[in-house]
Amino acid sequence: MKRIYLDHNATTPVHPEVKAAMLPYYEDLFGNASSVHSYGREAREAIDVAREQVAELIGASSPTEIIFTSGGTESDNHAIKGTALSKADKKGNHIIISPIEHHAVENTCEYLEKRGFEVTHLQVDKYGIIDLQNLEDAIKDTTILISVMHANNEVGTIQPLAEVGKIAKERGILLHTDAVQSVGKIPLNVDELGVDLLSLSAHKIYGPKGIGALYIRKGTRIDSLLHGGHHERNRRAGTENVPGIVGLGKASEIAKKEMEANREHLWSLTEKLRAGIQEEIEFVRQNGHPEQRLPNTLNFSFEFVEGEALILSLDMQGICVSTGSACTSGSLEPSHVLAAIGLPPEIAHGSVRISLGRDNTEEEINYVLETLPSVVNRLRAMSPLYADRMKKRKEGKL
Amino acid sequence: MKSEFQSQYSTKVMEHFMNPQNVGQIEDPSGVGDVGNPTCGDIMRLFIKVEDGVITDAKFMTFGCGAAIATSSMVTEMVKGKTVEEALEISNRTVTEALGGLPKVKMHCSVLSEQALKSAINDYYERQDKPSPVNIPEDEHEQCDLYDSDEEE
Repeated sequence: MKRIYLDHNATTPVHPEVKAAMLPYYEDLFGNASSVHSYGREAREAIDVAREQVAELIGASSPTEIIFTSGGTESDNHAIKGTALSKADKKGNHIIISPIEHHAVENTCEYLEKRGFEVTHLQVDKYGIIDLQNLEDAIKDTTILISVMHANNEVGTIQPLAEVGKIAKERGILLHTDAVQSVGKIPLNVDELGVDLLSLSAHKIYGPKGIGALYIRKGTRIDSLLHGGHHERNRRAGTENVPGIVGLGKASEIAKKEMEANREHLWSLTEKLRAGIQEEIEFVRQNGHPEQRLPNTLNFSFEFVEGEALILSLDMQGICVSTGSACTSGSLEPSHVLAAIGLPPEIAHGSVRISLGRDNTEEEINYVLETLPSVVNRLRAMSPLYADRMKKRKEGKL
Repeated sequence: MKSEFQSQYSTKVMEHFMNPQNVGQIEDPSGVGDVGNPTCGDIMRLFIKVEDGVITDAKFMTFGCGAAIATSSMVTEMVKGKTVEEALEISNRTVTEALGGLPKVKMHCSVLSEQALKSAINDYYERQDKPSPVNIPEDEHEQCDLYDSDEEE
């Protein structure tokens, strides 16, 4: 059976050109970038090129502002813990985050909270957008860091980050953004956004897993998490993952080059899908902002059905998507993002995230639109909630 | 036991999920069990028909994940043809075993199926004004966590 992959916010396939660029660094060019000899120089040069490619993608003024990490989670940890630790001897101990952050930010802040830091969670509206006045009000003399993700991984909503940047700058507070989902998908410039720290990851942009980067604006005080050798200008010890770094660099270069074409392609496919779903299926609601969203991301709640049952059923039809339902995790509580945008738990349990990628076609979207209604109907036919609702409708109560 | 280490659904679970048996309602049931709540993401409604002390038919409607649907299907299959007393012997463990195990995080679904069955049998006794031998722990599911995941089987 043909499989249709619609879970690109989870991960993406490695771009063939990225893979081709990486392979020599597993073979002939295997050197350690710290070595003085020619093998080392070849590796060092490759890292330098990649650093420029990443800097170019996000508009960093110098490649020295980029450090390579093991991925988005490490970048988030480094940005937040590194900032917190660098201020530990000062009066500042207050961090402000949005309530829809990735767990890499959320749980890092929770960790710091247990160690004496104070964390404020902002509010978001029904689309997941933060309230700037709420942010201004949350700032204290002790605030050392604001961390607001650029675009949300689950619902795709894009934050007014440039406005946050202005506020942070006026108040002299560092701004970090987890831009793992937005980098490479939408235009992004660290100066225009006014961010001091930015996390990104390769495997969301057709690069390899296990490699990412943290942008650190020149002059930003931040402690290191990993201590050891003098790698990454003493900011991140450990022998560089050269093939991974080369892959991230190449993926960044391609993302920049293909961004406009991909955006248009993805927007038109997602709009077709959105319109089709809303036309074909009853009791469905779109989660996240309908316009201020990533071009590839849609999130829907299908009422009266549970998300895991829905994605399992779709998987049997070759369609691969994900859910914010609790039933895919051990927690039994639905996604904190869906809770933060005010979805009642029973609606959140029926959520499905559909995230497209550059290789998806209109034909695939047509197949989804042909398949999805019957999958939803099958589950609704055995749902007591749906039966109750239909009974009420029949009785003319609704 | 196998299920302690399982993270994926067994073939049997997938079979029952994709082709659940006994979906629907019984028009004139002898007992109905309605357990779970939408906040926790699963509700089971189990109908039984009892004739001369024997469960002759069982049907279910479930809002829930793959495991919830599969355990509902399995428990309705297991009770048919059993006497009410025999049906009371069915536990979450026997349902799970019949399904070839469940991932650990899904064990609460099997508890829900046991509860749905006991609740339906309880309803059967109540409808006949007979004292019910069934003991259903009340409101435990309100906490969305019937199964203590730290507890080894």
